[in-house]
This record gives sequence, C-alpha cells and structure tokens, in this order.
Amino acid sequence: MSAAQDHKPQDPALLDVKGLPTFGFGHRSPMWWGTMGLVAIESTVFALAIMSYFYLRSHAGAWPMSGLPPDLLWGTVNTGIMVGSMIPNHFAKRAAERLDLPKVRLWMTVCMLVSVAFLTVRVFEFKTLNTHWDSDAYGSIVWMLMGLHTTHLITDAYDSLVLTVLMFTGPLEGKRFVDVSENAGYWYFVVLSWIPIYAVIYWGARI
Amino acid sequence: MRVHAAFIPILGMAAATETSSAAPLQDALHAYGIQAWHIGRLWNFTLGLCALVFTAIVAVTLVALWRAPRSDARTPPDLSSLERPERRIHRTVAWAAGIATLGLLALLAADVFTSRALGRLPLQDAVNIELIGHQWWWEARYLDPDSSRQFVTANELHIPVGRPVIVTLRSDDVIHTLWVPNLHGKRDMIPGRTATLQFRADQPGTYRGQCAEFCGLEHAMMALLVEAEPNAQYEAWAARQRQPAPAPAAGPAGDAARRGHDLFLAKSCARCHTINGTGATAALGPDLTHLAGRKTIGAGMLPNDGSHLASWILDPQTLKPGVYMPVNPMRPDELHDLLAYLETLK
Amino acid sequence: MTAPHLSPEDAAQLEQTWRDPPGIHGWFSAINHKTISLRFMITTFVFFVLGGLLALAIRLQLAGPDGKVVGADMYNQLFTMHGSTMMFLFAVPVMQAVATYLVPLMIGARSVAFPRMNAFAYWIFTLGGMMLFLAFFLNLGPDAGWFAYVPLSSLQYSPTKRVDIWAQMITFTEMAGLMEAIVLITTILKMRAPGMTLNRMPLFVWAILATSFMVLFSMPAVMLASTALITDRLVNTQLFNPLKGGDALLWQHLFWFFGHPEVYMIFIPPLGFISSIVATFSRRPIVGYPAMVLAVVATAFLAFGLWVHHMFATNLPELGKTFFTAASLMIAIPTALQIFCWIATLWTGRINLRTPLLFVLAFFVILLAGGLTGLMLASVSLDTQLHDSHFVVAHLHYVLMGGAVFPLFGAFYYWFPKFSGRMLNESLGRWNFWLFFIGFNLAFFPLHVLGLQGMPRRVYTYPASMEWGTLNFLSTVGAFMIAVSILLFIINVLRSRRHGEPAGNDPWGAGTLEWSMPSPPPAGNFEMVPVVHARDPLWEPARLPSHVSGLANDYREILVTSVADAKLDHRLWLPSSSLAPFATALATTVLFVGSIFTPWAVVWAAVPVAIGATWWFWPKKDIVEQRTGSEVSPYEVQQ
Repeated sequence: MSAAQDHKPQDPALLDVKGLPTFGFGHRSPMWWGTMGLVAIESTVFALAIMSYFYLRSHAGAWPMSGLPPDLLWGTVNTGIMVGSMIPNHFAKRAAERLDLPKVRLWMTVCMLVSVAFLTVRVFEFKTLNTHWDSDAYGSIVWMLMGLHTTHLITDAYDSLVLTVLMFTGPLEGKRFVDVSENAGYWYFVVLSWIPIYAVIYWGARI
Repeated sequence: MRVHAAFIPILGMAAATETSSAAPLQDALHAYGIQAWHIGRLWNFTLGLCALVFTAIVAVTLVALWRAPRSDARTPPDLSSLERPERRIHRTVAWAAGIATLGLLALLAADVFTSRALGRLPLQDAVNIELIGHQWWWEARYLDPDSSRQFVTANELHIPVGRPVIVTLRSDDVIHTLWVPNLHGKRDMIPGRTATLQFRADQPGTYRGQCAEFCGLEHAMMALLVEAEPNAQYEAWAARQRQPAPAPAAGPAGDAARRGHDLFLAKSCARCHTINGTGATAALGPDLTHLAGRKTIGAGMLPNDGSHLASWILDPQTLKPGVYMPVNPMRPDELHDLLAYLETLK
Repeated sequence: MTAPHLSPEDAAQLEQTWRDPPGIHGWFSAINHKTISLRFMITTFVFFVLGGLLALAIRLQLAGPDGKVVGADMYNQLFTMHGSTMMFLFAVPVMQAVATYLVPLMIGARSVAFPRMNAFAYWIFTLGGMMLFLAFFLNLGPDAGWFAYVPLSSLQYSPTKRVDIWAQMITFTEMAGLMEAIVLITTILKMRAPGMTLNRMPLFVWAILATSFMVLFSMPAVMLASTALITDRLVNTQLFNPLKGGDALLWQHLFWFFGHPEVYMIFIPPLGFISSIVATFSRRPIVGYPAMVLAVVATAFLAFGLWVHHMFATNLPELGKTFFTAASLMIAIPTALQIFCWIATLWTGRINLRTPLLFVLAFFVILLAGGLTGLMLASVSLDTQLHDSHFVVAHLHYVLMGGAVFPLFGAFYYWFPKFSGRMLNESLGRWNFWLFFIGFNLAFFPLHVLGLQGMPRRVYTYPASMEWGTLNFLSTVGAFMIAVSILLFIINVLRSRRHGEPAGNDPWGAGTLEWSMPSPPPAGNFEMVPVVHARDPLWEPARLPSHVSGLANDYREILVTSVADAKLDHRLWLPSSSLAPFATALATTVLFVGSIFTPWAVVWAAVPVAIGATWWFWPKKDIVEQRTGSEVSPYEVQQ
C-alpha cells in the first residue's frame, strides 16, 4: 500500500479493511470450515461402515459368525483414555484461543503423552478382538471399523505432534493458535466418533 | 391343465409361430404372457403421457424463442422484475409444476396398480423350475414334490401354455439375470440369495431370453430358449426328460453310437457332463441326457446340428473364447462315433 | 462516476504478487487458482476425448452383427474404460475445474480457499487418471464394468490386477473430488465480497455449493466400497463373499448410495451454467430466484433417496422398492420447476441467439427426453423390462449429455472469452452445435428401440438373426458425427486462442462480477475487491461504497467475510507458491499404486507422504516474520 493513501480523507466509495484482524477463531476461520468438511466426510465413512456391520449382521445366522465377541478390557480402558484425553485437549484449545503460548505448549505436550497411551492400548485391542480380518464377514467388518478409526488416531496423533513441535520451535504467528484450536476440534471428533464405534464393535455382538 | 379364460390381447404381432427366417422373439413390445402384457400396458400409458409432456414443453420453448424480440450484448437488461414481482408468471410456473406433480402421481399410481397385478398371478398347478446361472450357461432343475419326477436340463426350458411357471433363481458364481422379455421382466440371480419370478405363457411359441447382467467374458453369448407348448405336449416332453438316456440300438446299427458312448466316458466329457443312465454324473457343465432334443448348443449360440456340434466339441474356445469347456482334439472317426451317440440322446 | 482504481505501481505490484513463478520449478509450484483450473479443465477434456475414442471403438464393434473389430476381452475393457473415464475422470472433475475458476471471480474473491490443497487435488487426480490409462495400454485395463459388481470383480472371477487398478483409481479421483468440495464450500461461504449475501449469490454459485455438499456425503460411500473391494482382493477380507457371511448386494448398496448422487453432482453444476447463460442471453434476471435456489437444494437432498432404483431387478422387498419409485418420480418436481422458470425467462426476455444459448437450448430437448425416460425407469415394473438393456444406455446418455455435456459446451463458448481474452468463432460454433445435436440423437435415439427390442447392454456382439444391425449401424454413424463435431470444437479453440476476436471485459453484456475485469483476468482477479449491493452487480446501478481498500498488494492477502451476510470479518495471507502439493501428490501416488500390489505399501509409503505433508504445513520463517510485524489480533479490534 502506498504511503499516500494513509493521508487521504476516507473516500466514500471505499470500504477500508486495514483495521480488520489478521486471523479469527471458530467458524470465523476458513480452517474451521475445512476441518468441518473433513469431519463430515469421515463421519459419513464411519456411519456407512457401522451400517454395513448391522447389514451383514441382519443376514447372518450367528453373530459373531464363529468365536467370541471382542474382549471388553482393552477397548473399555482405551475408551476411558480417549475420553480422558478430551480434558488436556480442551485446555489446549482454550489456551490457544487466549493466545497463551506457555499453556498451549503444556497442554499439547500432555495430549501427546496421552496419545502414546491410547495408541499403545490400541495394539492390545487388536490382539484381543477374538477374530481375524479374513475369517468371515464379521471379522472383516470389525477389523475394517477398527482399521478406519485407528488410521484416524494415527494421523491425528501425527499432525498434533507436528503442531506441538512447531509451538515449541516456531516460527509462530497468530494463525498457529487457530490451527491449535482447530486441531483440538478434530481431536474431539476422533474421540467422539470412537464412542459409537466402540459400542458397535464391543457390544454389537453381545446385545 | 388349465388355460386361463381371460383373453390376452397381444400388442403387435398376431401369432407367435416362428419361421426359421423370422427374427427370434426377444422383445418387450410384444407380450405373449400375462406378466409382459401388464408391463406392456404400463409402457403404453407411460409412453403416451411422456410423449405428451415432451411435445408440450418443447413446443412452449420453441414458441418462447420465436415470439421473443431479439437482442444483442448491448441491449440494456430488463430489471423490471426487481421492482414489481411477476405474479402472473409465478402463478403460471406454479400451475405447471402442479400439473407436473399430478402427472407424476398418475405414473406412481399406474406403477402401483401394475405391481399389484403382477403379484396376483394365480399359481395353482404351477410348474416349478430352479434355474441356476453359471458362467455362461443355464442349469434348469424341474422340481416336483415327488423327487423321482425331478429332472435336470440346460439352456432350453419347455413350459406349458396357460399354466403358471414359478422360477427360483440362483447363481453359483457371479450375478446373472434371467430375461425373457416376451414373457416377463427380468430378475437377478445373485450368489448367496434366492429370487423368484412368476409368469405364464399364453401363446405357444419359442421365446428367446438372454442373460442381462454383465457376467464376464462371454456374457454376450448366454442365451436361453423358452419353448411354450400346449400342456399335453409339455407333459410328453417332461416325461421324456425324466427317462434316462436311451441305450444305443441293438446290432450293427448302433455300433457307432456304442463306440461314441464309450468315448464319452473315456475322454474328458464325463468329467463335466451328466448323461443319466451312464456312468457320467459330473455336474460342472450342462446335463446332456437329452441333448439331441434341444434346438441350440453353447447357450443359444449355435444351432444344434452335426457340423456345429462337431466344431463345438473339437474347439469351443474358438467359438466362445474363455468358456470353461476345454478343446477336445480327436480323430475324425472318433468324432463321428461320438456324434452318432449324442444324436441318440433325444 | 469513475470507479476507484489502484495506482499503476500498486496494480503492477498486485499482478506480480499473484502471478505464477516462472520456469519449470514455477510450473510445478504454481497454485494460482486460475492456473490450476485451466490445467484441470484441459486435463479433463483430454480424458473426455480419450473416453470418446473408446466409445468410437465400441460403436465400430457394434456397427454390425457378429462384429470382429475387437474380441470379447478387449470389448469388456473398452466399455469399462469408457464408463470409468467419463464418470470418474471427466464428468464431476470438469465441473469442479470450471467452478474453481469461476467461483472466486463471481463472488469477488482473489483466490479459492486452501489454494495448495486445490493444486494437490489437481495433481492427485491427474496422476490417478494417468495410472488408469497406463494400465489400459499395458493390457491391464479394468474389465468388470464401471460399477464393478461383485462377485464378478472379486479375486476369484477377476484374478488379474485389472480390478485393483480400477479400485485404486477411485481412491485417487475421489480424494481429489472431496478436497475440491472442501475448497469450494469454504470459498463460497467465507470469501464472498462484502455485501454479497447468500441471497445475492449467482445461481451458479448456489449450484456449486449444493454439489459440493453432496460430494462430502456421497463420495465416502464409494471410497469405503472400493477400499473393501481392495481388502477383499488383497488380504482376503470376506465382506462381499456370500460363502463367508458377506453379501453381493452390500457392494451395490454402497456403490449406488454414491452412484445416484454422483449423477446429480454431474447434473447440478450445469443447471448453474444454464441459469447464467439464459439470463445473459434473455437480457433479464432468471424468473424466481428463491424457487431456483430451493429447487437446487431440494434436488441435492432428494438425490440421496433414490439409489435402490438401480437395484430393482434384485430380490429386495417389493414394498421397499416402491418407496424408491415414489422418490425417483418426485425428484422430477424441482427440476421441472427450474425448467419452467427458464422457459418463463426466455418467454419474457429479449433473445440473443448465440452459440452458448444454442447449447443450453439442447438441454430443453435432450435432458427433457432423458428425464422422461428416467420416469419410465423409475417404475419397478417397467424397469424390469428396461434395466440392463440398451434402453438404459440411451437414457443415461440423454441425461448426462443433454443435462451436462451440452450445457458444458455452452459454458465453454460463454466463458472462453473470459479465460483467454478472445471470442470463439460463432460460425464454427454453430457447425459444432448442429453436428453434435444431430449426431447425438442419431447415435442414441435408436438405442431406446434396441433396448425394447431385447438387446442387453455390455454385449460385445449380437447375432445377425436378431435384426438389430440397422439401428446399431445408424447409431455408429451418429457417434462419428459427434466425433467430427468435437474435432470442430478443438479446431475452434486452437484457432481462436491466437486469432479470435478480442473479447474485452464483457462481450456478452452479462451482469455478474466475473465480467467486470479484463479478459483474461489479472493474476489477482480484481484490482480492488468490489463491494456488492445486488444480484447482478453489472446490471444494476452502482452504489457506494463500491470497492474495498486496505488489502495488501505485496502479499496474497484475502478478505474473509461472514457466512450469511458477507460482512467483513478478517484478513488472511495465502501462500504464493509451493512445490509441496506436487511432491506430496507424487508420494501419495506411490502409496496408492504400491498398495495395489502389497498391503505393506500403506506402511512404508506413508513415510514420504508424512514428510511431504509436514513440509507443506511447516511455515517459512521469513514470511512469518513479515506477518507478525503487521498482525492484528481479533482481541485488539472490537468486532
């Protein structure tokens, strides 16, 4: 912008935007809409996979087709860990929206430690599903649901890790706090989408 | 046997007598059975209504173009609609949309009535056939409460005129579809599922059908013949089908056929085909017990005469590449004997 | 009153800021939305031509009975490649490509949202399409049909890699489609010029918004289905194997849950083209703007309730099927409403009968016929005769070409001047149109009759005794007429690029914002972002304030506004160029292609993808320092 324009009286033909902020939180941010778009897509995938589970079940005589339903222990433990992770996640989001860098660093680190926990327990979950992906359609759909959600856990953990590192190393600008806030929103989605999937995988063959 | 009394008007062609020079009957516009007739009536109604709508809308569009004044890029745009709402136009559009909705409701009603009619075929004294789709042929099992009266054939169905036919549809490999348009609409044959089609032929004739779901390499060559004949003739055919293959004639007249019979069992034929009354009981390919009575071979692909049968046996791969029947090279005299035997399988 | 202008120095700086970087490196790192969009349009057009050549081969084989032009195996690849190319590599992508060019211009924005993701979508799409055709040339072209029903497409009955390539092509193209949808939704909802309330948005933009939402909810179904098919084939899951509890119809449900909205995703953007073109060439706004918006939104919703009409020949319960008949009939109502509003616009307008309008008028004949045959197919009983016959082939081409391709050509003739600065030749345009229109009807009308005469679809030949030869021959002649017309179009484009009449800003006298700037538009689209007070800003009198001031010219700064009323919200800096989208697309391609052969590819190839994505995200120090120097926090300003 040329310096001359700073000294002109406000031209009624012009709507000046120089004073506008250079980033915004929540649905004001395009990043929110991008994240919500992704949430819509992934929710649809999960919903369709869950519907496929019940569809296959409706055609099956026995369910599970052979063998036992998944052991409840690790899945329930992990549900607890994931739900618990929403707490540091919430604090990270709040800190970001307050532009509080030290608190952002703290709570993002806590989130990363929790993510190590739930990723580890996820391994145990897979080992105690009591079915194999190739044994029958029941095994296939259970592994598909687990696989889809685990992919989200891994990618969410990775991108949170990258963001956490960035918040320590910089370079930082206001937009990064928006990224932390949006990442937290996506984290909520990954956890909350687990609840129905947990219910279907662990209880769908028991009811 | 009963021929149902209702008069079934036929759309189009008068009689279903097929001469060898006429095209085989395989079209939806000429109904020779009640189900196809119901659908044909719905077709006429729908076609009429749609043709009317098409003509009306195209006409209005052309009139609009013809009567409107001309303009070019510099003509000032007409923004009067922004000041005053165009009530008359909106009303006209609303009326047109309302009429369109009524037309759609009429189509829905017609469809519902037709579905109901199709579901009301009287089923007493029905012939029950289980049709199993294979890559690229049809296995037909004629069912009966008395299992000794059941029989198996392939690629050609005979049904009695005027009696309902209930076809149970299954598939052993991929999805196929039974479609005999002169008699009824189509139904999919889906592995893992059982479907049913109920229809009735009301005129004697030979009706051709074709697989109507892409089922692999030779999908185009999976045809079926349905012979509708008076009940007495049908029962005679069924009685013959229930018999095992006749033994070749005694004496020298039957020598070639006897040798052919032995060849059939010795060569790879018996590994896939059944001929009742012989040692051949495999069911990987069509049942050949009464092969000689069929009009075609290769699932409707070729006429069932000596030269075509010979080419087929020697090298089906050239005629229908990818078919699961292997080539069968043999000496001309062997082939002659085999054909002589197969000719006896009436 | 003269409109406000930037000083020449500022305008030059703005141009420099938004222009693509030079050289080979610049070519791969360019992310200006118009650059990406033009590449995207050209690439989809190449696929259209390739798909058309495949169709010519099909028609040559079917021109007479007992065809010997190609064998059964090649024929099955031909129709699978033709359908897959047209549906996945042309029909939806071209609409998204045109949208990513026009939408920012129509809404007064300098860019799309997420410009690097927009570029990535183009690359991943192109690489996927290239994979498919490379496979075809290596005799690995998929051959199970464009919707690849199981069990035919399962490993047992399709033992080669052909179907895996098809399934992975889906992954490429659907990923691109989903990303473009996110780009377009965010652009439309957050980047409209101040004053462009939703109520003032061009109908084309509404169409793209509706389509993009449909993409988000439908494409995941085919992604899930194709992933399940890949896992069934690669690692022995049993989702579609009836012997192990799977179900062949699960595939059909998942596929058509996508497949039916897919055809409306192809159909709705052209409804937007038609509104733009009819308005301009009738010299008046479209009749019934609110009804038109509601009709598009209703169509988008209803499209999700029709999918079972592709499964009427299966053994699903009859009562359920009737519900889908009702829904399939009722979706005609909003489309009928739109047709009536356009006719009313023509009726009360002053017609300028130029080539764009001619192509749009073809819709009123061809799509109308296709829609009516669609009503026929909507009836379960009628469908049992017509399904999987050439009647359906006729129907689908009438709706897809009448409903999408003809309006698309109209759109090309209409907006080519804006893209290139030159007019297409009007006389060649008319030849193009009439050859296409007559050739189309000659090629496809006979197929209705052939279907009724019992000719199934996907048959590589038919016996002479069926007497289908004459109609098939006519159809082949028509197909070649279409080919000639497309050739004329290509000639028109190539000649007009150099020698066409210069177009100026607004050769058609249109009313929407894309016509307010020179043709082609400057790199930053608008010298000064406009402030909008009306639906057709160029037709209605100018009001104050007319333009935005205070946006940077030395950085790619954009304006973010509120969703409903486009009130000022904040400013954002967008990246100017980056190799990361291309590099990440290459890495992703390795992952996708690798996983056709081994599931472990997902693991090891994820590493370069993660590196690419991280590099993409990681901010550059010098730019951040520039930004933080001029940053304004939302808390500093009372909003």
